[in-house]
Amino acid sequence: MNPVNYLYLAALLFTIGATGVLIRRNAIVVFMCIELMLNACNLAFVAFSRMHGNLDGQIIAFFTMVVAAAEVVVGLAIIVSLFRSRHSASVDDASLMKL
Amino acid sequence: MSASAVHSLWTSAVGPIAKIDAPKIEYAQLAPTLIVVGAAVLGILIEGFVPRKSRYYAQLFVSSVALVAAFAAVVALAADGYGTTKAGIAAMGAIAVDGPALFLQGTILLTALVGLFTFAERRLDPQVHGNRVDSFAAQASSVPGSDGEKKAVKAGFTTTEVFPLLLFAVAGMLVFPAANDLLTLFVALEVLSLPLYLLCALARRKRLISQEAAVKYFLLGSFASAFLLFGIALLYGYAGSMSYATIAQVVDGTIAEVDPALVNTMGNDVLLLVGSGLLIMGLLFKVGAVPFHMWTPDVYQGAPTPVTGLMAAATKVAAFGALLRVLYVLLPGLRWDWRPVMWAVAIVTMLGGAIIAITQTDIKRLLAYSAISHAGFILAGVIATTPEGISSVLFYLAAYSFVTIGAFAVVTLVRDAGGEATHLSKWAGLGRRSPLVAAVFAVFLLAFAGIPLTSGFAGKFAVFKAAAEGGAVPLVVVGVIASAIAAFFYIRVIVLMFFSEPKPEGPTVAVPSPLTMMAIGMGVAVTVVLGVAPQYFLELAGNAGVFVR
Repeated sequence: MNPVNYLYLAALLFTIGATGVLIRRNAIVVFMCIELMLNACNLAFVAFSRMHGNLDGQIIAFFTMVVAAAEVVVGLAIIVSLFRSRHSASVDDASLMKL
Repeated sequence: MSASAVHSLWTSAVGPIAKIDAPKIEYAQLAPTLIVVGAAVLGILIEGFVPRKSRYYAQLFVSSVALVAAFAAVVALAADGYGTTKAGIAAMGAIAVDGPALFLQGTILLTALVGLFTFAERRLDPQVHGNRVDSFAAQASSVPGSDGEKKAVKAGFTTTEVFPLLLFAVAGMLVFPAANDLLTLFVALEVLSLPLYLLCALARRKRLISQEAAVKYFLLGSFASAFLLFGIALLYGYAGSMSYATIAQVVDGTIAEVDPALVNTMGNDVLLLVGSGLLIMGLLFKVGAVPFHMWTPDVYQGAPTPVTGLMAAATKVAAFGALLRVLYVLLPGLRWDWRPVMWAVAIVTMLGGAIIAITQTDIKRLLAYSAISHAGFILAGVIATTPEGISSVLFYLAAYSFVTIGAFAVVTLVRDAGGEATHLSKWAGLGRRSPLVAAVFAVFLLAFAGIPLTSGFAGKFAVFKAAAEGGAVPLVVVGVIASAIAAFFYIRVIVLMFFSEPKPEGPTVAVPSPLTMMAIGMGVAVTVVLGVAPQYFLELAGNAGVFVR
């Protein structure tokens, strides 16, 4: 199969993730959408790696996975602490500093 | 199943396996970063093995020794001629050791040292149950206002993990402006961001606001880094390589070896333009330039003030360093495309930051919008695309970071019963009650406004001069107008402090330990020295102003 099709899929997934970040309210779902965007990047890296016939892209995909895992650790800690003090993970409720 | 299949579960190698070359690492050239990372790891071990009572002192000692040692390593590299007469590309092409990298690393390390002093301050709040407390939560995992939090406070817990977190963030900042391939750029961005997200959530007072700031910073920051990563993916697809030099050659069309796959992709301008657009967008988010500035006021206001100071100073230096390298080393062949975009961004950043700042009533939010408009001034120097542009931006960053970190250190001193009194109305008449603190803050505000004899003036003059010589005269005119607007609200705060009556139940000014005094003192000293005698430092920045490729 032509690897370019995987690029279209990656762009589609990235767009779905970005749209989700903008329209969803729950911080956890927003965060999952960000993870979807990172995974879309991974797919693009691997597809480009195949097109160029070098391994750089596949190695970057591994790095991205590690970074995404670290981000999950930090992000869930922050979101859970927010949830425990407010009993809500909605990003619309977090508006103490609005002018 | 055939007989041979059963016996083909393993086979012997035909010849010896070809040797894999071990990567070559130039430890001496990477010493500043390695020292800081090593100290951060040591800090985690201290958390694990040193008794609770002595952790604070152990952490403070390790962190300050590491930052000073790393700064000494930077100076040693510069004295060795790196940056002026020679330049290196270390760690298999991942990290550049050149003038701008060393200059910015030195600036970041010094501001981080000053920031460390404000992190370690424990005299501002009164003692709680006989224990001295700093600006950070007793136990970050306890729910604000709960019994668990009260118990933690009573037991005298302190979050000494902030010191290793600071060091990890600084390590990321050291690599960020020196990154010479896109993967290193992305990893450095995350290494500097993730500890900062956590640090934002750790305030001792006003914990709900602090947690809210952390969530906002985290979600928006990772959103922006996802865009940056997709930009990197597209650029990799365009050039088939991650190295700045190779991509720049592909953009220029001067690359030596062209394989069939590259022929297909390098003609595809969509990959190049969209990719570099997304990449620059991710960097502009970290810089806090206007279409991507929405996080800045909330995060600056909610984060513990020492963390805000560090973010406003060191993060901005690192992010501008990375932006400079991307625009000047990775995408110089595309400058006719990115210059108009950056023109627009610089104009809306300068004007937007200055105009919105006028309406602010909280001192931390005011300084946040002032940071945004300063990002616009620095972008004017970035647009120049000349050697003077680089050196003026370097000088501006050094001057600005010390003013910022000093100003936020002063903000920690003005307190009332609820912690820091950040509302502007409470600052009324501060100059009558504590003339010294108000005078110091006035010096910082004058430097922000760019009044002569302060570092702000020297920096702004250098940046605007470079921009005008680089052909961006209209940008300079807009910059001067924005400076005039900005001067209005800086002067307004000074007038408020010195020429209005103090309120009877106004805030008190805490007497800090020598740590914060040193931090503020260094801020004032650098502001005045760079303002009165900028020549030596301008020459230093001028000598450091050449990128390696």
